Amino acid sequence: MGNRFLTAILLLTASTGTPVLAEGDPERGRELYRPCAACHMIGDGAINRIGPHLDGIVGRPAAVAMDYRYSEALIDAASEGLIWTADALDDFLADPSGYVPGLRMIFRGIHDEQDRADLVAFLREEGGTPDPVYANATAVLLAPSDEVLQIVRMEGDVYYGEYLSNECTTCHRPQGGDDIPSIAGMAPVDFIDGLVAYRSGEREHQVMQTITGRLGDEEIAALAAYFETVGQ
Amino acid sequence: MTINRRAFMGTTAALAASLSAPMIARAQTAPRVVVVGGGAGGATAARYIANGSQGAIDVTLVEPTRAYYTCFFSNLYLGGFREFDSLGHTYGGIASGGVNVVHDWATGVDRDAQTVTLAGGDVLPYDRLVLSPGIDFIEDSVPGWSTAAQNVMPHAYKGGSQTELLKNQIMNMREGGVFAMVAPPNPYRCPPGPYERISMVAHLLSQVNPTATILVADPKENFSKQGLFEDGWERHYPGMIQRIGPDFGGGNVTVDPAAMTINIDGQVEQVDVCNVIPAQRAGGIVFAAGINDGNWAPVSAYDLSSRIDPNIHVLGDAAAQGAMPKSGFSANSQAKVAANAIVAALADGRAFPPRFANTCWSLIATEDGVKVGATYEATDEGIASVDSFISQVDETPETRAETYRESLGWYDAIVEDMFG
Ligand SMILES: Cc1cc2nc3c(=O)[nH]c(=O)nc-3n(C[C@H](O)[C@H](O)[C@H](O)COP(=O)(O)OP(=O)(O)OC[C@H]3O[C@@H](n4cnc5c(N)ncnc54)[C@H](O)[C@@H]3O)c2cc1C
Repeated sequence: MGNRFLTAILLLTASTGTPVLAEGDPERGRELYRPCAACHMIGDGAINRIGPHLDGIVGRPAAVAMDYRYSEALIDAASEGLIWTADALDDFLADPSGYVPGLRMIFRGIHDEQDRADLVAFLREEGGTPDPVYANATAVLLAPSDEVLQIVRMEGDVYYGEYLSNECTTCHRPQGGDDIPSIAGMAPVDFIDGLVAYRSGEREHQVMQTITGRLGDEEIAALAAYFETVGQ
Repeated sequence: MTINRRAFMGTTAALAASLSAPMIARAQTAPRVVVVGGGAGGATAARYIANGSQGAIDVTLVEPTRAYYTCFFSNLYLGGFREFDSLGHTYGGIASGGVNVVHDWATGVDRDAQTVTLAGGDVLPYDRLVLSPGIDFIEDSVPGWSTAAQNVMPHAYKGGSQTELLKNQIMNMREGGVFAMVAPPNPYRCPPGPYERISMVAHLLSQVNPTATILVADPKENFSKQGLFEDGWERHYPGMIQRIGPDFGGGNVTVDPAAMTINIDGQVEQVDVCNVIPAQRAGGIVFAAGINDGNWAPVSAYDLSSRIDPNIHVLGDAAAQGAMPKSGFSANSQAKVAANAIVAALADGRAFPPRFANTCWSLIATEDGVKVGATYEATDEGIASVDSFISQVDETPETRAETYRESLGWYDAIVEDMFG
């Protein structure tokens, strides 16, 4: 893995801004971005949502969006020097969890080469050039909050979680959809972290805040236990 | 966890069946659930009972049509945001999930014998009956209109061909013509539905017939998401929509389908398309079963069982359950609570406390989506609201676009949840 990231860095230095890949069509890319938009914001005022914001993503070092709690897998990759050059993004998008094993993001990838080029063209256009501060940023593994850890330590009742999941499946499809992210097969700590962020109001979303507003710790633990078992 | 349940089921399920329906001799021992109506409530219930009981309950779904056309998103079809075919869903997935799907009408319920009679003559015994028949229209609620006139003045308030008809009529309207809507009194299915429809018709007309106008006669003082809709109409369709509320006689309306006129409080208007959405009541089978109180079927909030006959559960639009709006989302939510209670009672599954939720998305114009929603709990009096939210008038276009995309995700998810 180290080699590939090293190449990524070299390419970045060598090419400074000129696209390495086949020309992509950013307008087509905008369409292809739709499933991404369920989790990632990009453009003016973009903030972290379920996924980190993607401003300046093309050329940005991995795992440096401020305050975003990245998975260990991405932090590891970042510490090996992963930089999201157009080339790296292309490889990543072809097979996300093959490229970064242990990745939290649940996305099967994009097979078509032209589609990937178009999407990267869109990311470049919409995300703009990376902020210079990223060049010196280091990726750090943020610990989940105590509140989250406490729920992680509880033993979730899978069967209760299955019942509670009824409230989720009206909107979240088992295999994921284009506009609402998949939650099946998520690691419990990530699942719990997400729900707690909605429950506390830290993460914005009217529906999710209302739904989580009445979930107790026991319910969240049960849901996390259940969703870990499905979709794998 | 399934292993635990299965281990218990063999003996207790058979026992439950023989205790609850001793009068009917049966070759088989599995308890039987009959679900009438394969819509948002019934399709969900059938699937969840079959899944939840792992085959220990014999589930039959009775639904006359072979393809269910959703009312939800039918307004988007009117607006040109959706193909008609994308609204249709068939029952193959439910059947392969272990549900016996019978395409027929239920015509009668014998509550003492615990049987349902079908139009084709079959008699289906049940231990529990689930009714989710949706709505019927109250005859004469709009004088001059009857179901016999529905091809001239469509309601388009049940899914399918009526929606297509209404769209054809709009497309064929003369230039600068008048589209009229007679809005329904409370309670009716989908509180924002008529106003989302106005938005979508306005969107379509502003493209194909921009000098046309829209006239709404409304018996209600206020309506769902009113501030959001009126703000949107102002921004997107200025001057096109006129709504006449009860203060100005919007509740005093008659129509004449032969003359294509609508009389609002004595003032007769010649119109080109007239969408009459009459007053509503529970689907007819509720009355045949004799479990109505007035126009609807009162139910317990804990398991949606009828307050008149606890062996019958009534879901969705037909139920008088309390605070939940009559929506597909609500029907789906109620179905899961009822399914859990039924599996617990008949197949010894674990019973969990009821919990309900609803969100209704509406589209006002391209990428201009809004939503309203709430969580609910069961009380002795009925289903009660716990917490709620609504879109704001001053939201950014990005938020509105996101809300719209979320509704697309919801549609795909709920139909998968209903039909597999
Ligand atoms: C224009 C419009 C827009 C809407 N938009 C939304 C929306 O965006 N979101 C939302 O959540 N809801 C929406 N709704 C509301 C939603 O469609 C209903 O609330 C929902 O379908 C109710 O589910 P149900 O199971 O009670 O009835 P239905 O879904 O109507 O299902 C009833 C079924 O029972 C069958 N049936 C009836 N009688 C019998 C019988 N005797 N024997 C056998 N079968 C029978 C019918 O054929 C039908 O298939 C909308 C409604 C309309 C009209």
